[in-house]
Amino acid sequence: MDTKGYEMIVGLEVHCELNTKTKIYCSCRNSFGAEVNSQCCPICMGMPGTLPTLNEKVVDYAVKMGYALNCTINPVSKQDRKNYFYPDLPKAYQISQFDIPLCEHGHLDILVDGKEKRIGITRIHIEEDAGKLIHDESFAGTLVDFNRCGVPLIEIVSEPDLRSSAEAKAYLDTIREIVIYLGISDGKMQEGSIRCDINVSVHKPGEPFGTRVEMKNVNTFSGAVRAIEYEAARQIEVLENGGTISQETRRWDDLKGCNFLLRSKEDAQDYRYFPEPDLSTIVLDENHLAELKASIPELPNKKVVRYMQTLSIPEEEARLLVESVEKAAYFEEVIAAGNIVPKDAANWILGAISRVINETGKSIAEIGIPASHLAKLIEMLEKKEISSSAGNTVFEEMLHSDKMPADIVAEKGLAQVSDQSVLQQIVDQVAAANQKSIDDYRGGKTNALGFLVGQCMKASKGKGNPAIMREMLLKILNQE
Amino acid sequence: MELYRLTATELSRMIRNKEVSSTEVTKSVFSRIKEKENEIEAYVTLNEEGALKKAAEVDEKIARGETLSSLAGIPVGIKDNICTKGLRTTCSSKMLSNFVPPYNATVINKLEEADFVCTGKLNMDEFAMGSSTETSFFKKTKNPFDTTRVPGGSSGGSAAAVASGEAIVALGSDTGGSIRQPASFCGVVGMKPTYGSVSRFGLVAFASSLDQIGPFGRCVEDVAMLTSVICGKDPMDTTSVRREYPRFEDNLSADVKGLRIGIPDVYFGEGVTEEVRQSVMNAAHKYEEMGAVLVPVTLPQPDYALAAYYIIACAEASSNLARFDGVKYGYRSPNYTSLEDLYENTRSEGFGEEVKRRIMLGTYVLSSGYYDAYYKKAKFTQNLMQDMFRKAFTQADVILCPTAPDTAFKFGENSDNQVKMYMNDILTVTVNIVGLPAISIPCGFDSKGMPIGCQLIGGKFSEQLLLNTAFAYEKAVGGFDLSRTLG
Repeated sequence: MDTKGYEMIVGLEVHCELNTKTKIYCSCRNSFGAEVNSQCCPICMGMPGTLPTLNEKVVDYAVKMGYALNCTINPVSKQDRKNYFYPDLPKAYQISQFDIPLCEHGHLDILVDGKEKRIGITRIHIEEDAGKLIHDESFAGTLVDFNRCGVPLIEIVSEPDLRSSAEAKAYLDTIREIVIYLGISDGKMQEGSIRCDINVSVHKPGEPFGTRVEMKNVNTFSGAVRAIEYEAARQIEVLENGGTISQETRRWDDLKGCNFLLRSKEDAQDYRYFPEPDLSTIVLDENHLAELKASIPELPNKKVVRYMQTLSIPEEEARLLVESVEKAAYFEEVIAAGNIVPKDAANWILGAISRVINETGKSIAEIGIPASHLAKLIEMLEKKEISSSAGNTVFEEMLHSDKMPADIVAEKGLAQVSDQSVLQQIVDQVAAANQKSIDDYRGGKTNALGFLVGQCMKASKGKGNPAIMREMLLKILNQE
Repeated sequence: MELYRLTATELSRMIRNKEVSSTEVTKSVFSRIKEKENEIEAYVTLNEEGALKKAAEVDEKIARGETLSSLAGIPVGIKDNICTKGLRTTCSSKMLSNFVPPYNATVINKLEEADFVCTGKLNMDEFAMGSSTETSFFKKTKNPFDTTRVPGGSSGGSAAAVASGEAIVALGSDTGGSIRQPASFCGVVGMKPTYGSVSRFGLVAFASSLDQIGPFGRCVEDVAMLTSVICGKDPMDTTSVRREYPRFEDNLSADVKGLRIGIPDVYFGEGVTEEVRQSVMNAAHKYEEMGAVLVPVTLPQPDYALAAYYIIACAEASSNLARFDGVKYGYRSPNYTSLEDLYENTRSEGFGEEVKRRIMLGTYVLSSGYYDAYYKKAKFTQNLMQDMFRKAFTQADVILCPTAPDTAFKFGENSDNQVKMYMNDILTVTVNIVGLPAISIPCGFDSKGMPIGCQLIGGKFSEQLLLNTAFAYEKAVGGFDLSRTLG
């Protein structure tokens, strides 16, 4: 995209559905995909006289996210009503948090092009989701499904610190990984677990920020990338043609790949926020906060950087490991269980183990290879006690038995032979039987060496140390 | 003696002693309803069949020798903004004229556990907005003392039913005086309990931070009995308070010796008629005769309280009543082609004038740019008033003042003057703003023969003290005179 010297400024409001057992203000089950209007009650349907009661798990989950994003947690916060009419909002107000959110003033470090960038987090607050409107050609009009009413949400608001769609994507990916790591959300995009509103403006570096435009209805991360690039390009074009950007809200249409004016600043809704009188102030006990803080695991964004910097794992592999909570945990167990090169462990987990996961659909726990066994196997390979092909054989056996790798090696006679005299005999025999290859090598066809090593391996029934035999072969080849 | 003329306390004893059956009592009340309802129009919906069925059940339980609550078998009327499962709950509004709740209010569950007999749903000002019950969509309830006059409001149906014998006791709700003022106008006892002592779950909200359900009765003991049943922490209402709520009727004491009764000058001032002032001061002197001490106390200027009240109440109401949009339940205008039309026409046609006025007021005070000037200032005023009351209660145990500035007015008398109508609440709203309990007891009649109410205000959760103080007066004057309304 030709930015014509403009820089884009992006801020995100991410809505993330929490996976608590029940809804935020009633005891209805919080589940996706149930039959229409089967997960609702008079409370979440806003029937007259009903009152909300706060699900305290929602507060705990939001506070965890607050700690994960380095926020200040407000020990006293309140809930407010955001008033507007829409058929999917049965009370005609959404219970949210206005001036005193649970969490404020945080930051999130994201990894872009191998470098960390710090993005400010303005606030995180809790609120309830609305229902869904159903339009279908099989009936006239519109129906409402209240199942989603009262599903707990956190809204995470970033500072306008993002400067490209790639940064926005990295931010969203990181948020998603974190909520999954914390176990507070399924992070399932296709079920609408994470949705975002995007604020975009453009300016020339050194000049003040431009007027921002808000985009709604962005439901996928790839959609977010497209929406940001479209909007930035639109604004640049308007400015380049001598126009001005007005503060407005636009609706992103991912199918058409463009956005439409939803409302201008003049039509901006006045939500008439005021403190929710049906709920008491949220007061968080110091000890409880300390417990929540202590429960935060090492987060994926920090893990990737640690793997890269202290374990010398390349970024791509580090990300792949961290992407799965289970793989990362297994990786750490394996490297803790033996004195091995972390990269070797990463290769096994991202290679053989991942292949088995993909083929069988099993989890690592279900595959059942103890971390200490895999560590032992890697150790034997690193010490060249077995060849890599023997390693594969041992691994296949480990999938089916609880035997220690060393026992498998012994049983199957897979131990690598490094005895110089035994190997010299083999090499001499191979050299004697392959004079043509020797001549080829000497004539400049150096790949003949590989063939000869292969022959030696074959002659040793796969047990000979290929490196030593290679050295021995070279000595012969380089004579004369 | 007709059974409907007796108090709940008397009937309770008789039913449990098998001197009368609940069925006989219930039949007596319904025959009284048939006799008076055309004239009084206290009920929106009658529950005769359900009531008789329940009464028969209670009689069976008694025949089996079961131990029952003191309220068992007593016919109780319910204000029509308290949700009753399977029984239409209209809030006296066209908007909810067809609304049958699939759930009970918590107070109804409590009454059911106590085996009450529900006579029906009582008329009120629409959505409890009014001081005369004139804003009801369905009917105008008459004051049993003079049917050309209003019963007060918004719980006018409750007060009129109890005063006329169309119910033995009744539940009402009080957001700014809606129990106390009609109790005062109809010569009965009515109490607004401390905010948080009675669950609001199932009470169709007017102003959530001020609303409180409370009892009406013809004597203090009846009010105490009903209060005992409805008080208590409810997990469904987070604003309800967990604490010990005694059985008030078992602890009634008429001893007021040494009780410090605060007399706030400002609540006897401008707007209060001479007859009301005299009558209420006579009650104060009666207490003095019984050994209480009268002390002057300083309370918030009632006009400030009234302003703060109307801002907070309307703000909350504008949000609480937004759910009546024609989408889910209640009235839906047949005239619409778009969503906006549906909303606009449903709400224009479904709500009455007073409700619309308050929604507009509330929407205005919460609007961006006006919030700080109105709502925020009102909340600030609320805090100041709480401080003043806290201070007053270091000097006095109970505060005594008129319930309303005047006695019941004629129909239409205040309808064209909203400010004058709102002034009716001037002596009651402060109590709601500061969340305190208060009781209105009859303390005489004016020259037109209309009852005058004396209001006793207590500190938080001082219901027992208020009931005792009221009980002492009732004993001293030999009971409250309802001979003209009970026939």
